[in-house]
Amino acid sequence: MDDYVLRVDDLTMHYTTRAGDVWAVDNVSFALKKGQAMGLVGESGCGKTSIATSLLRLLPDNAVIKGGHIYLNSTDLVALEEEEMRKIRWRRISMVFQAAMNALNPVYKVGDQIIEAMENHGLVTTNETARNDVADLFRLVGLDPKLMEQYPHEYSGGMRQRAVIAMALSCNPDLIIADEPTTALDVIVQDNLLREMMELQHKLHMSMIYISHDIAVIAEVSDRIGVMYAGRLVELASAVEVFHHPLHPYTAGLMSAFPSIIGPKRALKTLPGEPPDLLHPPRGCRFHPRCPYATDICKQEVPVLKDLGNDHYVACYHPMEAN
Amino acid sequence: MSDGRWSLQKIAGDIPDQNMPLVQVSGLRKLYPLTTGLFQTSRSYIHAVDDINFTIPHGESLGLVGESGSGKTTTGKLLVRLIDPTEGQIHIYTSGGDTEIAHLRGRELKRFRRHVQMIFQDPYESLNPRRTIFDTVAEPLVVQGIGDLAERERRVAELLVWVGLIPPETFMFRYPHELSGGQRQRVAIARALVVNPTFVVADEPTSMLDVSIRTGIMHLMQELAERLGVTYLYITHDLAVARYMSDRLAVMYLGKIVEMGDTEDVLAKPLHPYTRALLSAVPIPDPAYKRGVPDIKGSIAQPINPLPRCRFYDRCPIAAKICADNDHPPLLDKGGGHQAACYLV
Repeated sequence: MDDYVLRVDDLTMHYTTRAGDVWAVDNVSFALKKGQAMGLVGESGCGKTSIATSLLRLLPDNAVIKGGHIYLNSTDLVALEEEEMRKIRWRRISMVFQAAMNALNPVYKVGDQIIEAMENHGLVTTNETARNDVADLFRLVGLDPKLMEQYPHEYSGGMRQRAVIAMALSCNPDLIIADEPTTALDVIVQDNLLREMMELQHKLHMSMIYISHDIAVIAEVSDRIGVMYAGRLVELASAVEVFHHPLHPYTAGLMSAFPSIIGPKRALKTLPGEPPDLLHPPRGCRFHPRCPYATDICKQEVPVLKDLGNDHYVACYHPMEAN
Repeated sequence: MSDGRWSLQKIAGDIPDQNMPLVQVSGLRKLYPLTTGLFQTSRSYIHAVDDINFTIPHGESLGLVGESGSGKTTTGKLLVRLIDPTEGQIHIYTSGGDTEIAHLRGRELKRFRRHVQMIFQDPYESLNPRRTIFDTVAEPLVVQGIGDLAERERRVAELLVWVGLIPPETFMFRYPHELSGGQRQRVAIARALVVNPTFVVADEPTSMLDVSIRTGIMHLMQELAERLGVTYLYITHDLAVARYMSDRLAVMYLGKIVEMGDTEDVLAKPLHPYTRALLSAVPIPDPAYKRGVPDIKGSIAQPINPLPRCRFYDRCPIAAKICADNDHPPLLDKGGGHQAACYLV
């Protein structure tokens, strides 16, 4: 258990709204080893970003963690006071957001912003050593250290995303969460950045959580993959297992709906229906209204995430191998 | 759906001659001035679309791919005349004959929109939130003065059925905010097809949608194209989606078409060094597949007063003297209708 950087146990998080509770994250459990990259995939509203903001406890006012634990090494983040959490945020867990423009303050030089983040965690002894550290970080992420003296608007999209990665690395955290880190970028820039991130991850033996709706990106960067549907983790296994032997009908559906530019051009399959409204999620398995294999039990009972061998977990009464 | 009321019949006999091209573009150019100085005089221009030439035969949808800033959206807007070209000609061949639309104005431009429609990327922005679905879908009929209220209602109901918003009565008088993203895009498709166009420019129509919804919209667009005789210009940054939505593919780079051919040919045997780099950067949904590193230098620039040489020169891994000494290479057939604009392939 000691080699796990992160262990999430039965995490449940709701957003309270005037119309009722939104069941955004429901009984989600997973663990991440040191040096491992985990991918969380799912469609909009499936709860993947809600998990990230729960891990960082950067939740909006109407969000309530209803239950469960988030162990970072052996500290339960759910139990921490905001004051203590502030010391962990950025220092122990940091995040690369999708909109890099919004993550950087437009009126400060990029280098100064990174130094400030380090300062807040008591990692700055003298201004000069801090500048040297940031220059090293810039080189590490493939940016010219001269760019430290420039403002965010002078950067291109790809450069900004690199600066945000440098910032995420600045306090040498145990875990980095990258939420759609390349979604707004063109493919060539995306390819470049993902290669850089994977290289850094191996070099620094970092633990990463990649969040994306793009299963091709997740396939390329992740050791393990968790598939989310309507607030629940429905499948969790090694990347190769998830792609080559998907067990959950939803995962299998996603795979056969996703186009590729290589291989024979096979017919894409359509998943019927749309994801449920999480104000009123369906009873039982949340995928049952769209599932071709659903039976009575799926409409009544919630399937739990079970290991079907090979470290391959699935929450389904009728996993694909049997269908 | 085979019920007579909802049958797939066209409003009018609008089947163009199958042997004619549908769209023929020649020397099309769109320059945007960069204004500077006291008198706002322009010495610099962004060459958003710079002398492109292509033909779209009837029934052969063309995919237009490229990175942001390549000029693909500008090309789409020029073809439906949402913006005016700086130079060049756009011929559209419909039942009414051959129309050169690059310089149409006023009533004639309006009449031409009966034949050519557009579907936009973001169904949250392209639908007016204060108008009902009926008003939205019926609008092109009103603009074109087609039918009376009863006929328009019948036609809108028919379209809603075709795009899978069934039963239509339950959708007609709802507002966009009551619909999901996928349903909104279905409304946008219904609006584009309600006047029976022969040519539809679709600009990233599925890029805002989730995978499980996206495939449904892609299938719908293909099915309707076949049944209604619609040909698309399908603009996308996603090459994997383009593979499924187009018979032929054109790759744009800094305002130029650098490669064009049958979609499968271009994907399997890319000729232009830019296409090769672009294809090798596309993530593959298989963790066991190891991609090579894209062979390309630097990053994309803006086409401001470009030098008279190959546009890809600065980034090209095989660039030679000939590429710098001559103007941008012409798009030439390199065998079997597969065209590339490169001196070296």
